[in-house]
Amino acid sequence: MAKRKDLSIEFCGVKCENPFFLSSSPVGSNYDMCKKALESGWGGIVYKTIGYWIPQECSPRFDQTRKESTSFTGFKNMEMISDKPTEKNLEMMYQLKKDFPDKVLIASIMGENTEEWEKLAKAVTEVGADIIECNFSCPQMTSHAMGSDVGCNFNLVGEYTRAVVNSTHLPVMPKMTPNLTLMELPARAAVKNGAKAISAINTIKSITEVDLDDFTCLPIVNGKSSISGYSGSAVKPIALRFIAQMAQDDELKNIPFSGMGGIETWQDALEFMLVGASNLQVTTSVMQYGYRIVEDLISGVSYWMEEKGITDLSQIVGKALPNIVPAEDIERDFKVFPKYDHDKCVGCGRCYVSCYDGGHQAIDWNEEERRPYLDEDKCVGCGLCWIVCPVENCIVPGEVKFHDFGKPRDIHVIPKKFI
Amino acid sequence: MEEKRKEYLKEVVPPFTPVTAMEEASRCLLCHDAPCSAGCPAGTDPGKFIRSIRFRNFKGAAETIRENNILGSTCARVCPYGRTCEEACSRTGIDVPIQIGRLQRFATDFEQALGMKVLEAPEATLEKVAVIGGGPAGLAAATKLAMKGYKVTIFEKNEKAGGVLTYGIVPGRLPQEIVDWEVQYVADLGVEFVYNCQVGKDLSYEALKEQGFKAVFMAMGLQNSKPIELPGMDLEGAGYALEFLAEAKPSEGQLDVGEHVVIIGGGDVAMDCATTAKMLGNRVSVVYRRRKIDMPAYPAEVAHVQSIGVDFITETLPVEVLGENGKVTALKAQGKDGVSEFVLKADRVVLAIGQETDDVTFVEGIMVDEKQLVQSSETTCATNVEGVFAAGDVVNGGKTVVQAVAEGKTAADSIDAYLAAKR
Repeated sequence: MAKRKDLSIEFCGVKCENPFFLSSSPVGSNYDMCKKALESGWGGIVYKTIGYWIPQECSPRFDQTRKESTSFTGFKNMEMISDKPTEKNLEMMYQLKKDFPDKVLIASIMGENTEEWEKLAKAVTEVGADIIECNFSCPQMTSHAMGSDVGCNFNLVGEYTRAVVNSTHLPVMPKMTPNLTLMELPARAAVKNGAKAISAINTIKSITEVDLDDFTCLPIVNGKSSISGYSGSAVKPIALRFIAQMAQDDELKNIPFSGMGGIETWQDALEFMLVGASNLQVTTSVMQYGYRIVEDLISGVSYWMEEKGITDLSQIVGKALPNIVPAEDIERDFKVFPKYDHDKCVGCGRCYVSCYDGGHQAIDWNEEERRPYLDEDKCVGCGLCWIVCPVENCIVPGEVKFHDFGKPRDIHVIPKKFI
Repeated sequence: MEEKRKEYLKEVVPPFTPVTAMEEASRCLLCHDAPCSAGCPAGTDPGKFIRSIRFRNFKGAAETIRENNILGSTCARVCPYGRTCEEACSRTGIDVPIQIGRLQRFATDFEQALGMKVLEAPEATLEKVAVIGGGPAGLAAATKLAMKGYKVTIFEKNEKAGGVLTYGIVPGRLPQEIVDWEVQYVADLGVEFVYNCQVGKDLSYEALKEQGFKAVFMAMGLQNSKPIELPGMDLEGAGYALEFLAEAKPSEGQLDVGEHVVIIGGGDVAMDCATTAKMLGNRVSVVYRRRKIDMPAYPAEVAHVQSIGVDFITETLPVEVLGENGKVTALKAQGKDGVSEFVLKADRVVLAIGQETDDVTFVEGIMVDEKQLVQSSETTCATNVEGVFAAGDVVNGGKTVVQAVAEGKTAADSIDAYLAAKR
C-alpha cells in the first residue's frame, strides 16, 4: 500500500485534496484529458485558457533543449489559448465540475478588452469553476492586446483584474509573466484591484537554439520561427526567485501563491511551497511523461512529511523565506576549506583543473598519486571543487577558518547535494 | 547458407548514434591527466577525442584520431581496450569505464561517412623507402613517412594489403570495407603498393637497393601457422588457422566449413576461427590444453564465442586426427588428467596454436632470435644491418594491432632520423 499522507491544503478559501494541479495548457484542454488527470490523482485543474478570440496555431510548435541523455531540460512552445469554441469549453468545464465535485476547477480566461474579460468571468462562474485565473502572461499571442503584453502593462493588469473581480463572486488569480524585472509591480496592481491570489510564472520568452543551416531558431515553421515561451526544469530557479520575492513583498505578504515553473519531482514541489506557494501547477513534465507523475509527487511528499513529522502541508508554506536574505546580510567572516577524501577520489583531477583555471590555484596536484592537496593559504573556500567533483561526497566541507575580524562559532554550510 | 553468410559478415557491436555517442562522452570525467591517452600504445589520444565529442566537435574528434593513428577505424574495432585505454579509465572508480573503442568508431565512421580528408601528404621529394609487408606496422610506418615527404613503396606478398586485418580478423569484428578504406587512405597519401610481391622470393633485397631504396622497413608479420606433429594432419579437412581464416574472409564466407568443426587453441586467432566456423557451420568445439581462464585470447572475445554457442573443452590435448577415405572424421583427444580419453566427431579440424614468420634471412646477416624473429632496437627499430629497420609481429612475436601501429610509427621516425643524418 502506497504511503499516502493527508496532503489537503486550502487555497484562497478552496479546499484542495492536494496541491498538485495541471496548469493551463494542452494537458488540460478537454473533458477526457481532465477526467484522466483527475482520476490519476491530480487535486485540480487549471483548464486551458479560454477566450472569444480563437487562435490559428502553427506547426510544428514545440522545441526542447537537452543535455546529452536528458531531454526536456527546457521546453519551448508557440501555442496560444484554446482553439475550441468557447461554448464547447464551457460545456466541458460544467461537466467536469459535475462529475468531479470534490476536485478543484480553475478557469483560465483571456479577453481582448474589458468587455470580454467581464463576459468570460461571468460565463465561467456560471459553469461552476472554483477560482478564476486571468491569463495576463502568454508570451506568444498573435494578438498584442492579449498575453504578456498585458502583463507588462500594470495599468491594464489592474483594469482587467478589476473587471473580472466585479463580474464574479469567485476568487480571482492573475497569472504573472516573468518577462519583466520585478514581478511585485504587476502583482501589486492586481491585488490592489481585488485579486485574491497570484499565480506564477508563465513561460519565459526564449530562443532555445538557432539552426546552423536554416539560420533561424527552432521550431522552424517553413523557414521562420518566433521568440516564445520557455518552461521546464531549466526555468525552475527563475520561477522560485520570482515567487520568493513576491512572497517577501510587504504588499503581497498575505496573498496565496500558486507556483509553477519546472516542477517534476516531489522535491521540486516542496521547494515551491517553501518559498511561499500553497498551490502548485505542472505542465511541461506532464507533456513529457504523462499524468502518472502525480503518483510520485504524492508519494514523495508523503514520505517527506512523515520523515519531518509534518501533518499539515500549510505548515511549510513560506518556511524558507526568512532564510533567503539580501546579499548584504550574508555572514562573511569565515571560509570553509574543502576536505578531500583520497579513498573515494578517482583521480580525475577535475577539482585541480577548475581551481586553477576558474578558481584560486589553491590545489596542488600530485601527478604520481593522482590526488589533490589543498593549499590553505590560497584557498578562499569558494566551493568550486566541491561542485565539479563527479564523485558523490568525495569533497566535503572541512575545517572552518575565521578571518581576523571573525567571531569563532559553529558554522553550517552545504555547497551542493547530489540527491 | 546465404543467411549465415550475411550474419557472418555483419558487424557484431552496433554503432553509436550521435545522441548515444554524446551520452557516452558525457560520462567521461575529462581527466586532467587523461590516463586513457597514456594507455594507448599508438598515441591515439582518447582523452582529446572524447573531449571533442563531448563538446560536439565530431570532426575535431576524427581529426585527432586520424592524425595519430592511420588505422584509427580498425583499432576502434579490434583493440583490446580492456587492457589499454579502458583499463586506465578513471570512471572505473565510479562505475564502468567509458566505451572508448565505440566512441572512436563513432568518430571514424563519421569521418568516413563525410568523406573527410584529415591527412594530406606533402609532395614526396625525399628518399625512397621500401616497406616490406602491408599489415598494420607497415601501413603505420608508410603513412608517417609519406607525411614527412618520403617516397614510400609497400611490397605486399598477397593480392590485398592489411595483413592480419584482411586475412585474419573476422568480419563481425572488422568488416573488410573498413580495412580497404584505411588502406586506400594510405594509397591516397602517395604510398605506392606493389602486390603479389614477396621480398626475398619475388624480389631480392639487393634488387631493392638497386632500385634506389635508401631504407628498408621489415614489417612482414607472422604469415605462417606453426606446424605441429599431430598424426592425421595430412587428411582432407585438417588444416591450420591462418589458411582457414584466409579462405573465409576474402571470399566473404563462401566456403563449406563442415558440420562438425574442432578448433585447437586458445588465442585470439583460435577465437576468430571458432567464430568463423560457428557463423558459417553448425557444431563447433574449441579444444584447449589449459583452463579457460588461462586462454591468452581477449576475454571479451572468449565471451562472444561462447555466447554464439561454441563449446569449450579445456585441459585437453589433441592426440590424433582420425579419418576415413582420406577425409577427417574425428579428433582423438586426451584429458590432462591422464584418464579421460575421447573421440570427438569432426569433419574439419583447425589448428590455431601459433604463427611464425616467413624466412627473413634474405637480408644478409640480419640478426634473428631462436624463433627466427628479427631482432631490432626497441627504441629505434633499427636492426644490425645498416638502413634496415624492423617492427611489428615479425619482431615482437605477435602482439596487438595497436602495438604494431605504435611500432610502425616509431620506425618511421627512426628511419627519418637515419636518412636525415645521412643527407
